[in-house]
Amino acid sequence: MSGHRLDSGGVVDRTATRRFTLDGQQLEGFAGDTVASAALANGVVRVGNSIYRGRPRGVLTSGVEEPNAFVRSEGGYGESMLPATTAELLDELRLTWEDGIGTLDQSVDPAEYDHMHIHTDIAVIGAGPAGLAAARAAAATGVRVTLFESDFALGGSLLGRPNEVVEGVPAAAWIDDVREQLEDAPNCRILTRTSVFGSYDSNYLTALEKRVDAPVKDGVSRQRVWHVNAGRVVLATGAFERTLVFANNDLPGVMLASAAQHYLGRYGVLAGDRIVVFTTNDSAYPVAADLAAAGARVTLVDSRAEAGVDDPASVEVRHGSVVVEAVGTDQLESVRVAAAGGDPTEAQEISCDLLAVSGGWSANVNLHSQRQGALHWDDALVGFVPSGSVRDQALAGSVTGTYWTDGVVAEGVAAGAGEPAPLSDAERAAGSGHTDALWLIPSPDGEFDTHFVDLQRDETAAGVVRAVRAGMRSVEHVKRYTSISTGLDQGKIGGVLTIGVLSQLLGEHDMAAVPVGQPGQEEDTPAPPKPSPGTIGTTTFRAPFTPVAFAALAGRHRGELYDPARLTPAQARHVERGAEFEDVGQWKRPWFYPQDGEDLDAAVDRECRAARTNVAYMDGSTLGKIEVRGKDAPAFLNRIYTNAFAKLPVGKQRYGVMCRPDGMVFDDGVSFRLADDRYLMTTTTGGAAGVLEWLEEWHQTEWPELDVFFTSVTEQWSTTVVAGPRSRDVVHKIAPDLDVSKEGFEFMTFHDTVLASGIPARIARVTFSGELAFEVNVSGWYGEAVWDDITEAGAEFGITPYGTETMHVLRAEKAFPIVGQDTDGTVTPHDLGMDWVVAKKKKDFIGMRSYARAGHVEEGRKQLVSLFPADKELRLPEGSQIVATADAPAEPIDGFAAEPIPMLGHVTSSYRSAALDRTFALALVRDGRSRIGEQVMASFGGRFFPVQIAEAVVYDKEGARRDG
Amino acid sequence: MLMIDCPHCGVRPEGEFTYGGQAHVPYPEDPHTLTDEEWAQYLFYRDNPKGAFRERWVHSAGCRKWFNAVRDTRTYDITSTYVGAAPSDTNTTQGAQS
Repeated sequence: MSGHRLDSGGVVDRTATRRFTLDGQQLEGFAGDTVASAALANGVVRVGNSIYRGRPRGVLTSGVEEPNAFVRSEGGYGESMLPATTAELLDELRLTWEDGIGTLDQSVDPAEYDHMHIHTDIAVIGAGPAGLAAARAAAATGVRVTLFESDFALGGSLLGRPNEVVEGVPAAAWIDDVREQLEDAPNCRILTRTSVFGSYDSNYLTALEKRVDAPVKDGVSRQRVWHVNAGRVVLATGAFERTLVFANNDLPGVMLASAAQHYLGRYGVLAGDRIVVFTTNDSAYPVAADLAAAGARVTLVDSRAEAGVDDPASVEVRHGSVVVEAVGTDQLESVRVAAAGGDPTEAQEISCDLLAVSGGWSANVNLHSQRQGALHWDDALVGFVPSGSVRDQALAGSVTGTYWTDGVVAEGVAAGAGEPAPLSDAERAAGSGHTDALWLIPSPDGEFDTHFVDLQRDETAAGVVRAVRAGMRSVEHVKRYTSISTGLDQGKIGGVLTIGVLSQLLGEHDMAAVPVGQPGQEEDTPAPPKPSPGTIGTTTFRAPFTPVAFAALAGRHRGELYDPARLTPAQARHVERGAEFEDVGQWKRPWFYPQDGEDLDAAVDRECRAARTNVAYMDGSTLGKIEVRGKDAPAFLNRIYTNAFAKLPVGKQRYGVMCRPDGMVFDDGVSFRLADDRYLMTTTTGGAAGVLEWLEEWHQTEWPELDVFFTSVTEQWSTTVVAGPRSRDVVHKIAPDLDVSKEGFEFMTFHDTVLASGIPARIARVTFSGELAFEVNVSGWYGEAVWDDITEAGAEFGITPYGTETMHVLRAEKAFPIVGQDTDGTVTPHDLGMDWVVAKKKKDFIGMRSYARAGHVEEGRKQLVSLFPADKELRLPEGSQIVATADAPAEPIDGFAAEPIPMLGHVTSSYRSAALDRTFALALVRDGRSRIGEQVMASFGGRFFPVQIAEAVVYDKEGARRDG
Repeated sequence: MLMIDCPHCGVRPEGEFTYGGQAHVPYPEDPHTLTDEEWAQYLFYRDNPKGAFRERWVHSAGCRKWFNAVRDTRTYDITSTYVGAAPSDTNTTQGAQS
């Protein structure tokens, strides 16, 4: 047992005991503890084992950069991989250590998560000394300030150094004082437990708040994502201390020096009694002093011959020495110390229960780099530091490479007030003293497979050697070859260690293969550059800075709130009829109406027969509808559609196809001419919004001189289709004033009338099934009423509703294409067999020029045809590939074909036809129309099935059925 | 998340807009007088400079009007937004902060 709680000290609340269970053991801590500090206080040394090698591990850090100590929290949410070093100790936590990997709780998360959107003039990120000083200075100018701190307490690293003097007072008092000022300021908001994880253009930030202190009840969110629009951002995100790379550096009992100091100063926990402090720089000297003052026996091992500060009292100091090995079975028992640069086998053993390591500091530049903020390697500081700030941002504190308190406070004040940074690079380096660049420490046995560089990924210097031997040169390749820095800690410590080791492994001749463009890489170096972290650079920093649960990102957009559901006016009737629904965009459309336990196939078969032999009705309200109005509406439509609309008589409608300038079909629909200057255009359901944008784009950007405007009226009209040989009878009943005879109501015309029920209606004779059909259009308010009218009127004829699946089958039998299903942006009207829809006499329309392009005139274009499988009941999956019979292998293929097989086309739509009593498909096939009668093969699942190519239209080729 | 100064509505977040590619590429006067190659240039080729770029945006979730912007493709700073023809530098209106 090594760690224990001292009788006094720390900012924990010793009057508020917190009980918790850790791996079944009942323990106690205080309010203000983290799980790690409370565990250490109870003498816990080992945490979970390492992920792949199962090695014993201990707490390395006191913050987000922790690679070892992860707990799973049982209870309401089985939340895994919580760093113990940041997890707030709450009462009655039930925790278990995890071996580097989490387990997903399979139960539905009952908690709520929400999002907030705010504007702030200044966002200060980090409430350590620099951030607190910045927030105070900013608030004093009167602007809106928001201070973000991921910890539950303010103060950052200062919390571990309560007696350090800041602006003349002890740090603990200084923190309290500034906090009170900020809390009293009406223009300042403090968000603790809130970690800024993403930084984006225009100073848009995303942050995750863990609302641990919120009451647990309905309507109260457990976590909150903040979306912040900031005028200015101050990054006061601090720096991470690095460990060092020596044999067995992952033993429990090896900890960062600053962490040992933090556990002492903030939590009153002395993590060991016999401590060795191993350092390359001055920052560990005050740590050694604090630990000795708390009663530990401390030996300080400094790799440097000389320090920039005096040896601390009561501490044995060994200059020019390095730890070459940590020794112990399951935890630290001793270290072996040798001369820096000397023979690692000539080492002295020092018994100890804690090794506090300071391998230098890595500025926490993640958010700066997310905005492509420039970095460079500083040889004096031995770290990557920012080269100036991003526009409308400022950097303050140890994130700039300033590692002494007066300096960070001065930077904070300047940044908060919007003044220039007070320190130069030279002043910064001078203030921090000399740091040794100590990467790969020699190994007593010559092996490097316990010289860990990434503890979370269980990767060692031996792994980096393997990567280099395999030819990896770029740090991005080494990362992916070894998985270094891909863990939960994202290489916050291990990244720079790896780059440092890499700089020792690569020779000058290797550098030619290191590509440019990494953050922190020097530009304008002589080629090839000397290997150093500065010429190698670092990997790209990406959001999120720390993990964010998907549930938090989803916020309230779950379940019914995931996407708006667009419902038609007759929705209730479809539900009452037992319809199964499908989503078409955000619309809920009846897919089929099963009766008496029918499955999809049985229902569709019945609905199809009804539509072709009797009468059936369908809700067509979802199709896009746009009014196109103005003196120049006719001319405009003539340019937009491939066919003629300017001379369409009032009272008639016409099917039109819309293409992009490249000639490819992009939408289709029927347009009505309501008046000389007024049309009602219909579009596909899914294409409505896109078509409206298209019309606006051409009008606003190309033809603003045309007098025309557009109004979306999709929801203003409800449409019910009545189809089938007996549809005339039904329509006659609901619209007795209308002449619905064959002579009185021409195909592709419409008439306004008033229904028997008194509802004004526009009835059109148009068909998507090929049968005699009418579309009854009424104001959306009457949609349900008209559905009821038709239900009642059709009852004596046995009318049945049909859904989208039946609609698809019926139109496919007639080879009416569905844009987006039978087309994919590479298909022209000619490919679809619709030469007739492309005007020959127009001066121009969108797409016209493209039909003269070589690629459109040549043979080999895919054309719409139908396919009949030799097996009459085989339904080809949509997407099945079509190949020549001669090219198909004799045996099914498992995996990949030996040689690529040329693809002739693919199946776009596939159904069983009630009318033909067999299956069929539509397909796009090269030169399809010239291949009618040929047998080819359709392939899916590695197998090949014979199919015969036929004309696209498989039913009622003469089109006689549409007149009833 | 860019903040874009719509000439009609003022500064609004990027999510309210749809990108429209390079600006000032007019539909050809008479496409039928162009060779296949010239027509393909109009259809498929657009500039991709590193630096200031004149591009189109439409305020889809707002006024639904098209406008142009000058944006630096490296830093994403939008220096101006305007309607109509490319102004000379002295006439360029001030855009939003980026």
